[in-house]
Amino acid sequence: MKTFCVAIGIATVAASSSPLLAASVPPPGAAACSGCHAAGTVPASPVSRLYGRDAGDIMTAMTGFRDGSLPATVMTRIAKGFSDDELRAIAAWLAAQK
Amino acid sequence: MGINHRMSRREFVGGGAAAVTALTLPLPAFAQAAARVVVIGGGFGGASCARALKQVDPKLQVTLVEPNRTFTACPFSNNVIAGLRSLEEQQFGYDKIAAGGVTVVAQAATAIDANARTVGLADGTSLAYDRLVLSPGVDLRFEALPGYDETAAAKMPHAWKAGEQTLLLRKQLEAMDDGGLVVIAAPANPFRCPPGPYERACLIAHYLKTKKPRSKLIILDAKDTFSKQRLFQNAWKELYPGMIEWVSLSQGGKVNSVDPATNTLITDFGNHTAQVANVIPPQRAGRIATIAGATDNTGWCAIDPVTFESKSAPNIHVIGDACIAGSMPKSAFSANSQAKACASAVATLIAGRAPEAPKLINTCYSLAAPGYGFSVAGVYQPKNGLFTDVEGAGGVSPADVPRDFRAREADYANSWFATITAEVFG
Repeated sequence: MKTFCVAIGIATVAASSSPLLAASVPPPGAAACSGCHAAGTVPASPVSRLYGRDAGDIMTAMTGFRDGSLPATVMTRIAKGFSDDELRAIAAWLAAQK
Repeated sequence: MGINHRMSRREFVGGGAAAVTALTLPLPAFAQAAARVVVIGGGFGGASCARALKQVDPKLQVTLVEPNRTFTACPFSNNVIAGLRSLEEQQFGYDKIAAGGVTVVAQAATAIDANARTVGLADGTSLAYDRLVLSPGVDLRFEALPGYDETAAAKMPHAWKAGEQTLLLRKQLEAMDDGGLVVIAAPANPFRCPPGPYERACLIAHYLKTKKPRSKLIILDAKDTFSKQRLFQNAWKELYPGMIEWVSLSQGGKVNSVDPATNTLITDFGNHTAQVANVIPPQRAGRIATIAGATDNTGWCAIDPVTFESKSAPNIHVIGDACIAGSMPKSAFSANSQAKACASAVATLIAGRAPEAPKLINTCYSLAAPGYGFSVAGVYQPKNGLFTDVEGAGGVSPADVPRDFRAREADYANSWFATITAEVFG
C-alpha cells in the first residue's frame, strides 16, 4: 500500500510539471466569483470568502439562491445562470482552493 | 525570471528564429522551453490576465507592458468628482504583480508584428511572444465630435479616463456658483461603463444638493434608453427632485458639436451653455489594437468567445473594453472575468489542447448617493460567435424594495471595489 501511495505521488508530481497539463484551469464560471468574493483573507468584506468552504454548503446556497428560497440582492440573479452540474464543478473547485 | 526575453532589435533576429524553430517542433512534454505570453495594458483586464496566467501555469513567461507606473481606476471615480473620495484611493501600483513572477515593462507598446510575433516598445526594444493578450481599454474619438479635442477637454473635461481629468471636473464643480448649470453629454452605444454617465449625474447632484442646491444638471444623451434606466430615474425623483433633466436622442439630446470658447454644447434642437460641461465623446479600442490589425470597421475588436483570439490577427487575444463581447458590457468586472477565462484559454492552447467554452459573469454596481446602490448582473456563454446572456439569469436590482436593500447594495459596491483591486493589484 505504501508503494502504491508513493507511486501516486510521483504520478501527480510528473503530471503537474508537464507543460501538456495546464496546472489549474478552473471549471467554467468558477474564476469569476473572486471578483466579489475575495480570494485572500484581505480585505475584510461583508461578502463571504468562498475558497476552502465546504462544497456541499456552496451547493446548498447556490441552489437556494436559484430557486428563490434563499433571499439575496444579486446572487439570486447570478445563480439562475448555472446548471446543477456546473454548480457542482464550481463548488468542488472553490472548496479545493486554499 | 527578470527580463530575459526582452531584446534589442539586433539580438532579436536570432532569438526570434530560435523561437520559431521551437514552435515548429513536436511538443515533447519535458523538453519544451517555457512559452512566452505578453500582455499589453495594465488595467483591470491586462493586470488580471497577467496574474491569472501565472496562477494557471507558473511556468509561463509572462510580461506585462504598461507605460504608467500607477494605475488610476475608473470605477468609483464618480465619487472623486463628487468630493466623496480622494483620487489616491483610486490608485494602484504593479509591485505585487512583479513580485508574483510577472515581468513588468514600463514602456508603451508602439508596434506589433503578428507574423513575426513581436511587440515593439517605445524605447526601441522588442519582445517576442508565443501568444499576445491585448487589453488596451478605450481611446476617445475626439474627431467624432466637432469642436472637441484634447485642448477642449482641458476646458470641457470628459473625465472618462480617471486621473487629472477627474480632478479637473471636481475643481470646476467646486468653483461653480450656486444656481449654475452642469451639462453631461453622454455618447451612443457602445462605450466604456454604460451606467457611468447616469451614476455621475446622481453623485454630482448629491454634491449640488449638499453645497449648491439652486443648481441644475442636464444630461444630453445620444440614446433613447440607457443602463438601469428605471432605477436611475426613480432615484433622481426620490433623491434629487427637480434637479436632473434627461434629454433623450428623440428629444434632441444628441450633441453634434461643442464650442469650448463659450462652454456651449450644440444639438439639433438648440444650444446649451453650461457653467460646467462634461463631454463624454464616442470611443473605440485603444490604438495598439488597430496597430495589431485586431480592430474591425467599428473600431472595436472581434474575437472568438471561447479563446478570446482576434478574428483578424492570429495568436493575439483581446479582452476588456476593447473587445466586442456581445451582451457583456464594457466594465471592470467584465474585463476581470474575461481576463481569467482568457488566461485559462491561452494556457490550454499553449499546452496543445482545446479550451472549454467559458461561462462569464458581470456585476456592475452604481451609487445614486452614499448608502444608496443598485446593480445589474449577467451570466454569459458563447453562442453564434458572441457572448450571449444565459436566459433566465441576470437583470437589474428590483425597482420596489426598501432602502435597506439599497444600503446593502451600496455596501457590496464598496466591498467589490476593495476585493477586485486586491485581487488585481494587491
